[in-house]
Amino acid sequence: MARQLVFGAALIAALAVFPLFSPWSTVILTVALCEGLAALGIMVLLRAGQVSFGHGLFFSFSAYAVAFMAAAKVGHEALVLIPVGMAASGLLAAIVGLFVVRYRAIFFGMLNLAISMVFFSLLEKLFSITGGADGKRVPRPTFAGVEFGREQFELATFYVTLVLCILAALFVARYLLSPGGKALEAIKSNETRLEYLGVSPRKVLYGAYLLSGLLAGLGGAIIALVSGHVTPELAYWVRSGEFVFIAILGGIGGVAGPFLGALMFQIIRGYAAVYAPETWHAVLGVMLLVIIFFAPAGLYGIVAGKGGKAQREEGGR
Amino acid sequence: MKTMKLAIAALAGTLLAGQALAQDKPKELVVGIATFLSGPASVFGVPGRNAADLLIAEINAKGGVLGVPLKPVYVDEGAGTNQLLSEYRRVVQEQGAQVMLGAISSGSCNALAPVAEDLKVVNVMWDCGTQTIFEDGKWKYSVRTQAHAGAEMMATLLYLMKVKPDFKTVAVVNQDYAWGRESWALLQAGLKALKPDVRVVAELFPKFGAPDFSTEITRLSALRPDVVISTSWGGDLDTFVQQAAARGLLKQSTFVLPLAESSLERLGNVLPEGVIVGSRGDHYWLHPKYKNTPEMQSFVKAYKDKTGVYPIYPTFHMQQALTGLQKAYEKAGAGGKWPSKEEVIAAFEGLEFKSLTGTITIRQDHQGLEDQLLGTTKRVPDYPFAVYDKMALYPGKLVTTPLGEKSLDWFAKVKPDLVTDKSIETFDYAK
Amino acid sequence: MPPEMLLLAALDGLAYGSLIFLVAVGLSLIFGVLGIVNVAHGSFYAIGAYVAAAGVLALGAAGLPTWLAFPTLLIAAALVGILVGGLVEIALLRRVYGKEEVLQLIVTFAVFMILEDAQKVVFGVQPYFANAPMNWLGTVEVFGIFYTTYQLILMPLVALAVLVGLRFFLRRTSFGRAIVAVTQDREAATAMGIDAARVYLITFIIGASLAALGGALASATTSLTPGIGAGTLVLSFAVAAIAGLGRIEGAAVAALLIGLGRSAAVYFAPEFDVLIPYLIMMVVLLVRPQGLFSTVQTRKV
Repeated sequence: MARQLVFGAALIAALAVFPLFSPWSTVILTVALCEGLAALGIMVLLRAGQVSFGHGLFFSFSAYAVAFMAAAKVGHEALVLIPVGMAASGLLAAIVGLFVVRYRAIFFGMLNLAISMVFFSLLEKLFSITGGADGKRVPRPTFAGVEFGREQFELATFYVTLVLCILAALFVARYLLSPGGKALEAIKSNETRLEYLGVSPRKVLYGAYLLSGLLAGLGGAIIALVSGHVTPELAYWVRSGEFVFIAILGGIGGVAGPFLGALMFQIIRGYAAVYAPETWHAVLGVMLLVIIFFAPAGLYGIVAGKGGKAQREEGGR
Repeated sequence: MKTMKLAIAALAGTLLAGQALAQDKPKELVVGIATFLSGPASVFGVPGRNAADLLIAEINAKGGVLGVPLKPVYVDEGAGTNQLLSEYRRVVQEQGAQVMLGAISSGSCNALAPVAEDLKVVNVMWDCGTQTIFEDGKWKYSVRTQAHAGAEMMATLLYLMKVKPDFKTVAVVNQDYAWGRESWALLQAGLKALKPDVRVVAELFPKFGAPDFSTEITRLSALRPDVVISTSWGGDLDTFVQQAAARGLLKQSTFVLPLAESSLERLGNVLPEGVIVGSRGDHYWLHPKYKNTPEMQSFVKAYKDKTGVYPIYPTFHMQQALTGLQKAYEKAGAGGKWPSKEEVIAAFEGLEFKSLTGTITIRQDHQGLEDQLLGTTKRVPDYPFAVYDKMALYPGKLVTTPLGEKSLDWFAKVKPDLVTDKSIETFDYAK
Repeated sequence: MPPEMLLLAALDGLAYGSLIFLVAVGLSLIFGVLGIVNVAHGSFYAIGAYVAAAGVLALGAAGLPTWLAFPTLLIAAALVGILVGGLVEIALLRRVYGKEEVLQLIVTFAVFMILEDAQKVVFGVQPYFANAPMNWLGTVEVFGIFYTTYQLILMPLVALAVLVGLRFFLRRTSFGRAIVAVTQDREAATAMGIDAARVYLITFIIGASLAALGGALASATTSLTPGIGAGTLVLSFAVAAIAGLGRIEGAAVAALLIGLGRSAAVYFAPEFDVLIPYLIMMVVLLVRPQGLFSTVQTRKV
């Protein structure tokens, strides 16, 4: 446990000082954190053995909510837009969750995929409203009432995101240790026993789904602000697949895993963009295969060593 | 733990590398180039990059820009807008690019313009066409070295009116994204003004990248419109034309394909005679006025040697962007001093330079004026693919929306006498 | 709208549905036997298309008669299925059969990413097409409208042949029966002397070949560009999900449903043609999550 704490603190400290030395990394790190938040949501579901190939839905829903509000000058304030965008995705997850928690395994994944693809098609089709495939510009809002220039805005957003990520990670860590979180693992291992204990697996999964939707929504709201542009591509199934990719790459043994995965994802993509601009997909694919076959507990498993969640021993090496 | 340290060290390495920025004459001028290296639009992006490699090598061989060699850094537009935005930033802030060429997609250009302002970097929009960029916004650091969709569609409309004045019905099959929608909105406004009695019998917007147009073609076959317009490009255009040709539709209606120049060679014998074609400007490697200039001949030869095919319009757009850039630097640095970015962008205003196929003038709103060449396909024994015939060259000034006006409004009040304006030159195919 | 237009719309839907069926049935078969949702299936489609187009173009360049293109399409599909599909199964999938479903899925996702780039490296990014087979077969006229024989007759015929052939293979041949046996109870089948590993490999190769065959057939009618695999994959997902994973006859009906729904949309609500497959998929999954044609879920968790 202590080792995990030290590691977590080191990661946070490293992240906190980085942008001061290299200003250009601010946005990339913020993007990584946003993807990490979505992957954290995926991880919560993975704990229940469920995989969603459609969380781009919540990621893009809040991003578009922010874009529309910012364009309409409603709540032209980052500190308002972020929670409102997140709440919008939470609401959507609350509705979608009602349906999807009845399904398991591949059906759960497929239904999520179908719903997100409906939303993706709508974003592309309703050209006059959403701007179609070209998306919408998100004008830079004020930050705590102040009109920042680009650099200060990016820096402020980064630190707010970092704090939000820490809070989210702590919350998820607590949740996973709570009875609700423990029940999640039971859904994966033996759902019937859960029912015998008088716990409704659907309710448990519904809670997890809501949480994962909120997390993805938070990431989406911030990414809309920091990149200043939203496109339907945020909802495409390949994007949703990347969140699962990141969660597996980082490892689902601990809450730092998804963030680690997201950082690694960005680093590889950054390097590949420079040295292999035409084959960066393949580089990522090979990396993922290497992780799956040689370190199935993900980066987190490598870092946390045997002290980590040693579900599969070979991962703890 | 060791692995983590390594990872952090690697991260730090990437982040800290190459911070040096020089205000004096730099050792090299880093030019970031945003282009499609993946996805369907790489049919334009990769030729653009090939041309850039070729032209930059040529510029450097002649001593570079003001004695400084150019160094291109490519960014993949196909990775998605958000990824593009962070890559763009990285190239400017980490690799010290002083100039960015971005981009192909109008969506990318719309997203990049404010970022270029933020980063205070010269941004040459080297291929994107949406007219709204400089009509709805004012961007100090961005400039476009080619025409916009307004000029392209106006010339298309005038050419159609000239060669087929008596059509009654028209149908459109455009890709479902901003370019397809915007270009049709412009054409429709212009049609209403020039030919109010024309009936639009079908407006079809198949999905971008659609693999099959059977249903659309069946509908068009049943409706039998006089004119079928499609501003599609790349694989979509090739598929549509192939399937339409196989089913006899190309003989039944007059097709207007304003971007077909980029598909002519690939389509080979599929494209019959009598199709109206264009190239988003005056670009054509068989340009009636410039095909025999030494510059054009050496460019076509070098490009064909390198890639095995003839150059298409994105390669000419790239040539214009790089030439414009070089001229702007030379103008700004005339006093012998290395110019600042602000001086370079200021030098663009009012700049006039020769491209391979004409002269480009940059207006004070940073929009380029470029001539437009349209033609009708003809089959000749010299090439295994269709060539332009019955060409008309529309001067940029004539067909570009006047400064301060919006294209849609201007199209709505266009007058028929523009069709026969004296400044329009005409040519036939000649070997 | 004249009534014959309805028929015309249906004809378009038939050709389109046949194509998706070929891809979806391979996906469904692989899931039914191996229990893996193969994300790389879209890549098999794309590679099949590219290899077939390259073959047909090579024929043309060598001046050989055009009818040879048809066997070339079949050979290309089989080659891609055996070489690419077989390699993926032996090198990767074989190692994850016992593992979690998520892991299996993500392995095929990684393969998908690698193969997407491999196509670009091998075949380039310029649109690629080989329409000789389509033009060679000519056109047929229905109510004054020309259709290509290739799309209207050949493609549905191939789909029908695959459907009938698969049914026969699974029910009447001993190897087909072995596949069914492994699907229903792997341990019992192994105990009876069936080589499950071989069954898995061959099933995967058949499934991959079917996707490649879909691509090979499509290569004559459409331009091949980077990214065609991703779009086709989601469509065939939709078909397989609507039918019920593992359902072969169901996939045919579902593919037809999507084909007809889409062409009806182009006539009556052109704005919504892309939505149709996903809407059908969503509604079916909500009402009958196991798909329209599955009876009871027989797969054990």
